[in-house]
Parts: sequence; structure tokens; C-alpha cells
Amino acid sequence: MSDVVEKTLSALPSLLSLDSQAGAGKLSPSSKLGNLIKGITELTSKHEEETLIKKELESIKEQVASPNTTMRQMKEIMVRAIYCEMLGYQASFSYIHAIKLAQQGSVLEKRVGYLAVSLFLNETDEFLLLLVNTVLKDLQSTNLIEVCMALTVVSQMFPKDMIPAILPVVEEKLTHPKEIIRRKAVLALYKFYLIAPNQVQHIHSKFRKALCDKDPGVMTASLHIYLQLIKENPESYKDLTGSMVTILRQVVGGKLPLDFNYHSVPAPWLQIQLLRILAYLGKEDQGTSEMMYDVLEESLRRAEMNHNITYAILFECVKTIYTVHPKSQLLEKAAECIGNFVLSPKINLKYLGLKALTYVVQQDANLALPHQMTIIECLDHSDVIIKRETLELLFRITNAQNVTVIVEKMLEFLRLTCDDYSTIDLVGKVAELAEKYSPDNVWFIQTMNSVFSLGGDVMQPDIPNNFLRLLAEGVDNVEDRQLRLFAVDSYVSLLQGETAKLPQRFLQVISWVLGEYSYLREEESDPGSVMRLLARLLDQRHTSTETRSWVLGAMTKLCSSPVSVALARDVCERYSGSLNTVLRQKAQELMILSQDTKLRARVLPAEGRLESPEVDSSLSFLDGYVSDALAAGAAPYKSPHQRQEDLVQEKALSLEPYGLSLPVSLSSCSITDRRSPTLLSMSSGLSGNSTELSHQEGSTTLKLEGVKRVWGKDGYLAQQQSAGETPTPLVELPSPLLSPQSPPSQKPSSGLEPDQEKRQLASSLFVGLGSHNSVCLMGRAETAPRHFRRKPRGESSSGASEGSSDSSHSSRSAAVDNLLHSNLLDSTTVASEGGAATTTTPQQTSQRTLDHTTSNGNPHVEGTEQRVEAGGPLSLIRGNGMVAVVPPTHTQTDPQTQQDLHPAPALERPRDLPLTSHLPAELSGLARSEFTPLCSDQDSSLALSACRVYKEDALVLLVFISNNNDSALHQMVLQLTCKELEISCISGSPLKEVKGHSVSVCLHTVVMKRASVQVELAGLLSYQRPLGQPQAAQFSLSLSLKHFLRPLTVSTGDYGKMWLSFSHDLKQNLRLVTTEHQEPLTATLDALKGKLHLHVVDIIGSEGIVACRLLQGPGQGQPCLLHCRVHADSLAVWLRSPVPELPDSLLYHCQKALTET
Amino acid sequence: MPQVPEISMALLPFINNYTHLQCKMRFLLLFSRQGKLRLQKWFTPIPEREKKKITRDMTTMVLARKPRSCNFLHWKDLKIVYKRYASLYFCCGLDAEENELLALEMLHRYVELLDKYFGNVCELDIIFNFEKAYFILDEFLLGGEVQETSKLVVARSVEASDMLQEKQRLMEIILLFPLFFSCYHGGIHEQACILTLGGMDLHTPEGIWTITDLEVLLLYRTMEL
Repeated sequence: MSDVVEKTLSALPSLLSLDSQAGAGKLSPSSKLGNLIKGITELTSKHEEETLIKKELESIKEQVASPNTTMRQMKEIMVRAIYCEMLGYQASFSYIHAIKLAQQGSVLEKRVGYLAVSLFLNETDEFLLLLVNTVLKDLQSTNLIEVCMALTVVSQMFPKDMIPAILPVVEEKLTHPKEIIRRKAVLALYKFYLIAPNQVQHIHSKFRKALCDKDPGVMTASLHIYLQLIKENPESYKDLTGSMVTILRQVVGGKLPLDFNYHSVPAPWLQIQLLRILAYLGKEDQGTSEMMYDVLEESLRRAEMNHNITYAILFECVKTIYTVHPKSQLLEKAAECIGNFVLSPKINLKYLGLKALTYVVQQDANLALPHQMTIIECLDHSDVIIKRETLELLFRITNAQNVTVIVEKMLEFLRLTCDDYSTIDLVGKVAELAEKYSPDNVWFIQTMNSVFSLGGDVMQPDIPNNFLRLLAEGVDNVEDRQLRLFAVDSYVSLLQGETAKLPQRFLQVISWVLGEYSYLREEESDPGSVMRLLARLLDQRHTSTETRSWVLGAMTKLCSSPVSVALARDVCERYSGSLNTVLRQKAQELMILSQDTKLRARVLPAEGRLESPEVDSSLSFLDGYVSDALAAGAAPYKSPHQRQEDLVQEKALSLEPYGLSLPVSLSSCSITDRRSPTLLSMSSGLSGNSTELSHQEGSTTLKLEGVKRVWGKDGYLAQQQSAGETPTPLVELPSPLLSPQSPPSQKPSSGLEPDQEKRQLASSLFVGLGSHNSVCLMGRAETAPRHFRRKPRGESSSGASEGSSDSSHSSRSAAVDNLLHSNLLDSTTVASEGGAATTTTPQQTSQRTLDHTTSNGNPHVEGTEQRVEAGGPLSLIRGNGMVAVVPPTHTQTDPQTQQDLHPAPALERPRDLPLTSHLPAELSGLARSEFTPLCSDQDSSLALSACRVYKEDALVLLVFISNNNDSALHQMVLQLTCKELEISCISGSPLKEVKGHSVSVCLHTVVMKRASVQVELAGLLSYQRPLGQPQAAQFSLSLSLKHFLRPLTVSTGDYGKMWLSFSHDLKQNLRLVTTEHQEPLTATLDALKGKLHLHVVDIIGSEGIVACRLLQGPGQGQPCLLHCRVHADSLAVWLRSPVPELPDSLLYHCQKALTET
Repeated sequence: MPQVPEISMALLPFINNYTHLQCKMRFLLLFSRQGKLRLQKWFTPIPEREKKKITRDMTTMVLARKPRSCNFLHWKDLKIVYKRYASLYFCCGLDAEENELLALEMLHRYVELLDKYFGNVCELDIIFNFEKAYFILDEFLLGGEVQETSKLVVARSVEASDMLQEKQRLMEIILLFPLFFSCYHGGIHEQACILTLGGMDLHTPEGIWTITDLEVLLLYRTMEL
């Protein structure tokens, strides 16, 4: 044999050119890519690289466009394009070719095509829609590699709207014989769950099967989904605790195949995943936690090898132990474990130890005590990351005693750091600590000064805001005065120094404080000194316009002395010509106020501005107006955020047409397409049904855990007791045993001194911890109110915080509103009430006005009523303005007012009245609803009821007015209003009066202007008894979409034509109704037909087509077509209509109808 | 009092901007000591400009680190875990709650996988065969989650796809390589074949093919079938 080898070897060179270069084995330097890469590496300047890549991109562009380029060449080109993109050069022209390659190439080319797609495109890219069909085809391929590639790309990126197209195929793959396919399918579904949770809700049972898969890889993959599910809703998965514990026990016990080992640790990733799941399951749940104690202990014990991966597991284990219901034995072991981390010489482990400590001290601050010396060392560590993490830990153990030292350390760090993000973070923390634990005024102001100068213009805006509020809100006692005075003094001395380096935010704070509180420096001989300092600020070039306007504002408050006035005049002259309108306005104000002392004293009273004026931040004085507007059919207020969401929603809907261009995906869409409930609820929200909206939204948002906490602010109770029994090392006498890592051995000569220093530092840092468990032990939680804490201001604090220079405006405007309000209600009392409004709160005023009105015998009501008769829309609002006079019985307003006005709350329904007999003859044969009582008078003398009659072309609404009194009703006017409805009266002449003990009927035809799920109809009946005053009764009635639906009789052929012509569609899976003697489809359609007046056009096999129309004016109607198909246990419904709102609202009613049956 | 204006967008937390996907790893970057990007994988949709900024920040931050310092960093509200292997830096961005050590080991596992595939992997392997490195990564991590931790399984699934690729090449090689037949039919042992032929360059009309050991092995095995 050896001679054969020899012969071969000797023959080789003649056949091959031997490249003897070692290591170049796999490179193919002569390929185009190789040349490109080589070329790039040889270049020296960025410019050269640019030219080269540009040339390369040009050539690529040319090649991809050429029709002669084979797929195989395309693959090679794609790799080059990827390389160019990696270097940061856009090759967007090649994206479409990447998709083409994935579509048309053979397996190998496809692979590169898919890779390029996943690297080039984002999830939101519209190009991805072109990939859907390819993915679908590959998923159904018989070639495993193709299926794998398709699943891989799907789990990386897939357009959310297209998930339904491939979901059934991916689902199928869960039962594939190959484990790699099953695993990838599980991961793809996990991805779907993340981007569209509702789409995969129905496959939860299959996830369980994946969890029990015989292949550990598939099981591990399914844990990703479970971690997410359990995190969101631990309650529903408590039953899995046993399985998870068993799995973890098996993994820890090494029952998995050896190739899952990582550095001889069994499946560490799996272990950590399980530990996290257990943490979520056992959190605040003693019963569940008890099931896992054993396995947690075992995990701790088994992870003893000295390798990063075991430490990773230990870390997770400790976290879990401290998250689940505590068990003291385990806690001790975990604490010991943390010690190993913290004391480790390896810097990564030290970091993790600090992180673990930060986590656990939130539950028990004493845990930091044994590690004081290490913590001190870490504070001075050369690596900033360690320092930063140590500060984080210190922040968690701060209390009133150690605050000065800790804040000093933080500021020290801040002075050195140049990273904006950590500056923002730390500055916020310092400000929080200073506010909470400040020992005295001087320290507080100094600390805040450092915060402002270090935080500069990047810090969170609420820090200066909170600070100013704190200064302004204090009661006017000596202590507060001192604080303010000290602030003023310190700012004056700051301004006297170099101001160029002070950040703008700080200057703004300074000028506000000086403006407000400079008067406290009474003893100051020179009254213009502060003014001059401020003027100097204005002169400086780097001062921003915004700061200038603050400064001008401060000057306006200060210009009392003649010197100041002169200075002010100077400034005014300069700025009254400024291009900036704000500055010009401020200068103008300053000018006028500095000249008119009286006006100034009134606008800016020197002492008075301390008391922040009362501001009704809830704007309750507008309540009347709002309820009137609502009753008049105005749309309820939507916050900008909500409006934004609606907009987004509309955009999302407009994506639909894409579906049309993809016939393959559509056909599969109709099988199991589901629309996420969020989308649905949003669209129903569009139609104005706010209760429904909030309800449905609630179901999709995360559930917040409302479970009680086992951990108090002083740590776990049992733990604390044990801490009390075992003598914790006293802080004042730190024993050297505590710091085995302390460095005296390193520096024998001077080693003692730094050690001493560190101990001192330790005693100052850890004071208040452990020695006595006072409130400040765990100061992180809400402690007793301290001097520096902001005073609670009730709910209206946000509005009240405005209290300062601007607030005079707001209080004035509130008074004006008040005036208007009382004017509207009571024109006779304007003078007196208007005067009072300036002194009382708006609520009080309106209350008083109300009382006044009722006691006055409402002379004004007559007037309004006449206007009502005139029938103008304006007068209608006015008429509704007196709601409170005869409050509605349906819409419960303020119960107190109602009781005041109606001592007899009896609300008897005139049920015994045979209202049927009053039904007009022409309507008696038609389908109608029950009689609904609308409202009745306090003594049942007047009762209103309503009834709906379903006519073919309209909905007829009958309002029965039953007069149970002897006296007749006169001057009767019935007004029905609703924005979404078109209402017209059909009773010949509007009735004027109802005789005693008789019933009158008002007929209205009602049609919907715009489809919506449900609408509120507001009604107002005004009338007069012969001897009484005019009265009014208000009621409301809700009408739902189904009242306006009528069957649409079309032939199957017409249906088909209409179907194609309608553009707005919607798909959803509905519940199937099952009965004993009917097919599920027929039963379901019958149920829908009965409840919603639909017309079943045809039923063919498992499909049914249904049509209906929505009443919209005489002879008109908007059609809506439904295509139903039975799929598995559900009914896939596809709705189409020419109007966008109709499918949404109809679908809602279908769902409701089916859940009711 | 007037409210102090909001801070600029650039300083907002990173997570807040891109939260709709709650995956654990946000990105993985491989770059050289000179700061040249060798591989980039983004697990969350991030705008192109942001990507460039992150890449720039990462290279400057990581390259500025002294040796023997901590392998973890903070960047905005992300945790950065990096490790240097020879001339190449592996760097990934994680959610703040993630376990940094685990991520570090994950990087290591990826390096092991690369090593197994390329055989004594070096930076040049990744430069010239970056698409292979991506394929391996896709088998190991999927959407920012560890997909398969078993080294064998990953290798097997990468090889399964490779096999096809190789087969195609082998057919070409065989056509150009009559010598192989003589080797094979001459009864030379598999290992000897690899020793002889692995690493050789073949001149073909499309350029030079370099035969890898694996290819020889596959060729051998294919012949045996």
C-alpha cells in the first residue's frame, strides 16, 4: 500500500499546483470575494476603501441586473454584497435579488439567499412580504434542509400580519419525526408568541406536548415559551411546578445525554432557564415554593466546580432563592454563596457578587455587613464598572446616618465620569437620596448645587422641578426660611464667582430662587446687588435664550429699589427689540411692572407669593359643561396618546390590501386566520364604545401582580428575628476577620494606615445597618416623613405644583371660568356670585350657584325653555344646562346633589300599564322589542318608556309618555339627540300636551349614519303642569348595531360579485355553536340569523355565506357579507363591506351573540 | 414655575426605544483589534443609523479596556459582555436582567463551535468564510435565544446543510481529479488520503478550488457508498 501512496504523492505535483502556504487551506484568495477582502485589507486609508467599495458595488449592481447571471453566480455576488454591507456601505439594490435568490435558487443558493435576507432586512421591511410565498413553499418541501432554512428565517423575522398564512404549516411541524424540525418549529412559535401573542393562543396544548418531548433539545426550546408565559401570568401555570422541578432534578443529576454537557456541567442553559421559571412560579407563593426547596438546595450543592458556568448557575440559583418564599436554611446557604462571589479574586465574579448583593440587600440590608471591607475595596477599584456597581449597591443601603458618605462617593464618581447615561442615572439617585435623608440645610443645598453643576443639561428635568417645588412648598417657618436664605446666599456667592461653567439648567434654578427669595436677605445693604448679578448673566454670551427669559422673570420680581429700576430700564431697552418673542414679552412686562409700583405690588406681592394659590387642577368647574356637551352628543375626550393609537390603528388596517396580492397565503388565511383582539378592540374603540374598549384592552395588557409581599422593608420577618438573636458584627468595631482580603500584607510599612482609613470609611458607610433595626435600616422604602420630603398634596399635586410666578395667571383664569360658569347657570346672581368666585374654590362656587338656583324657584328656566321650543341647537345646549334641576334618573350624577333635590328616591316602573294597546296600528304587526322604562318622575306622575319596532327600511323608536296625574301636561317638547344617528320625527304634528291619566306616543325613525357597536341616545322631555313651573326630564337609551341590521336577500351569484367589489375586510375565528340535532355550521348560522337579522344566502358543505345590510337612510343601506367556514373546532369568518367600520362592529356582535348561546 | 424642558432623545434608554421584542440578546458583534467589523448580528429591529452608532460605541469602548479588567460594561441600559479571542473581539449586548456570566460562556461556546467547524479557527477563517460563521450562529442562537447547546447537534445540523454544498463541489472535483480515483481504487486509507490531498489547490475554469480535509473525507465516503 505504501508504494501506492508514494506513487500518488510523486504524481501529484504534475496534476496540481501545490500551494504550500500553511494556514491558507480554506481561503480561496483567487475568488472574487477573496480578491475583494484582500484588496480591502491592503488599503491604508478610509478614502481608498470607499473608492474600492464603490467600484465593487457598481460591478455588483451591473451583474445582478444582467439576465445572464446564473443563480450560482448570484450566490457569490450576494456574499460580496453582505460583505459590503458589513463594512457599512448600503447595497439596497441587492435586497430584492436576495429575495429572488431565496425564491429561485437551489438549496445551496437558497441558503445564502435566506442569510442575506435575514441580514439585510428588518422585520418591518415591506420586502419581506415578497418572501412569504417562498417560506410557505419551503415549509412544505420534502427536503429537510429547506424546511430548516425556512423555519430559521421565520424565527428571525417575519411580518406580523402574515403570520396567519404560515401558522398552520408551522404548527404541523410540531409533530414532525425529526427533532431538529420540531425544535425549530417551537422556536418559530415562540417568536410568533412574542410579536403576536393572540395568534398562537389556540396551540397552548401543543406547547405542553413539546415540553414533554423525548428530545431534550425540543423540551429546552419549549421552555423559552413557558418562561415568557409564566412571567406574564404565573397563576395559570402553577400546575407545571412539579414537572419543572422534576426536569431540573434530572438535569442536575446528569440524566441528559453527555453532549449537552458544557465543560462537564450538565446543560447549564437549561438549568438556568428552569431556575428562572421556578423563581416566577414560587414568587410570593409558599405552597409552590416548598415544592422546589429540595431541588434548589441540590443545585447549590452540585455547582461546586470552579468554572464560570457553575458560577452562572449559582448566581441564578441565589436569585431564585431570594425571590421565592423564603426558607431560612436556604437563605443562609445562598448568602454564603454570595460571599464566594464577592471574595473571589476574579473580577468578573466580584462584579456578579456585587450585583447579587444589590439584589438581596433590597430584602435584607444586613447581608451587606459581612462584606463591608470588600465593598470598600471595590469602591476604589481601578475598573469603573466595579465602582459603578458598588455605588449601585450603596444606593440600596443608604440611610439617614450614612447618606453623607455615600453621596460624597457618588459625587466623586460623577466628577470623573464622562458617560452621559450613567451621569443621568447617578445624578437622579443623588438627588433622591439628598431629598430623602438630608441631615441639614447646608448639606442639602451644597449637594444639590453639585447635582446641578454635574448633571448639567442632561439630567432628568424633574430634578430641578422637584427641587424648586420643595423650596416653594415649605410652610413659612423658621426652618424653611433658613433653607431658602441659605440657598439664596449660596447662589449669590456662586454668581459672584465664575459663571461661565455653570450649566443652563442650574442658572435657571438660580435665577428663579433669587427672584423669589432674595427679599429674605433683608440685612443686605446694597439692594441692587442681586439685580446686578443677574444682569451680568444676561450679558454673558453663552447664556441661552431660555435662561435669559428666566433671568428676566426674576428681575421682574426684584425691581423694587430705585437702583434696580434703573438697571431694569437698561435691560428692557436692550431686550424690547429682541428677535425672540418670549424675551421681548418678558422685557415688556419688566418695563411696565418696574415703572408701576402699585401694579407690581398687586401682581407680585412680596410675601404673598409664598402661598401657592389654590388651583383646581381637576378642572371640576368645567364638569357641567362637559356633561352637557356629552349629553348633546359630543364625542368623549380622547387623550393625545389615545388619538395617536387610533391613528396607528388606522394605519394597521390599511395594510390589508397586501393580502390580495398573495393568493397562496390568502387561501390558507381563510382557514385559521385570527385577528388579534387588541386590533379588534381598538377598532371598536374607534366607534366610540369606551367601556368595551377598556374592558378588552385589559385582557391584553400584562396583569400586574397584586399579591402581598412577604418581604417587608426591614427584610423578611423571620430573618430579622434570627439576626436579632445572633450577634451581628458591630459596625463600630469591625473585626479584621471580616476582611480576609484586606491588604496589610502587601504593604507592611504603611499598610496599617490605609487599612485604618478603610475601616473608618466602613464604619461611616455601614452605620445604621444591623446595629439597630430602626426605620432607616431599609431606607429605600417609604420612611417616616422627614423634613425634606415633599409634603403630600393629594391628587391635585401636579396642578398645584404650578405654584409660583405663573400661577397668578392660572388662578385668575380659573376665576374667569368660574364667572362664566355661574353666568351660564344663573344670570340673576352674577354680581354676587361672580364676586365670590374670586375668593372661593370653583367647586364651592358651583355648589352655591346650584343651591341658589333651586331655592330661587328657577325663574330662568322658563326662559331657557322658550328657547328650547325655538329649537335651535344652541338653545338645546342651554336647555341641557339645567340637567341638575331635574336630574336624570338613568345617568346617575352626583348622588349627593340628587338626594338634596329629591328626598323621595322612589323609582317605580309603570309596568302595569298596558302600553301595547297604545302601539300604532300600522306598527302592531311588526317585530318589536320589549318596553324599556326610560325614566319616571319622583312621584310616578310621569313615566317614559321606549320600544323599538323593526321596520324593513328603518328602526322606529316609540317613546311612550304616560301621565299618571290628574293634571294635563302642556308645552311638551321631546328632543332626541345622538351624533351617530339620524333621527326624524314621524308623528304628524309634534304633540303639545298629554291629558291626565293618558298615554301619548312619539314616533321617530332612526337610522345609523356610521356603523358603530353601540350608541347612546340622549333624550330630553320638557313639559309644564298647569300650575307648576316648567320641568324637564332627561333620559338616555342605548341602541346597538344589531337593531339596525336587516337581512340582505341576494342570490349566490350576486353575492360573489359583491364580494369581489368590497374592499374592507376582516377575518376572525369564532366559536361554533353545537346542538344535538343540527350541524354545527347550520346551528351557528341560525343563531346568528336569529340574533342579528342576517340572511343566510347559501350553505355548501362546510362553508356558509351570509349577508346583511345596515340601515342608512330611506332606501339606502350598507351591505356586509360574511363568509363562514368550519375549521377544526371553530368558525373562520371573513367579513367584507364597502365601509370600514361595519365589519368591525358586526364582528363584535357576532362574537357576543355566539358567546351568549 | 415654568417646567424645565425634556431631555433629548439621544439620551433616552435604549430598551425603551425598541421594546416590542423582548429577546434577551440584542446584538452580537465580532470585530478585530483595529476595530474592523467582522460579523454583525442584530436580534431586534434597529434602524441603520443606530446600528452604526452602536458599532462605533462598542468598538471604542471595548478596545479602550485594559487587559485583565472586567468583561462586562454598561452602555445605556444594556449590559455589554465582551471577550477577546486572539485578535478578535466577541461582543454582545444584553438586557440588564440577564446573567452576564452565562453570556460570556455563550460567546465561548460559539467560539468552540467555530473551532470545531473550521478546525483551529483563526480570524482569517472568519474573514473569508463569514457566511459560514453566520450559518453556525443561526444554528446556535435563534432570535437572541440559545437554540441548541449541544455542540454535536449544532455541528451536525451545520454539516447537514454543508454536506449538500460539498456534494456539489465534490462532483466537480472528481471530474477534475482523476488522481483521486487512483488513490481510492489503489486502496489508500481514508486518513492517508486526507493527508495527501487536504489543503491542495485545484485550478478550475472558475478559479482555484482549495480542497479541505473534510471534502476529502466526504469524497472518500461518497465513493464508498
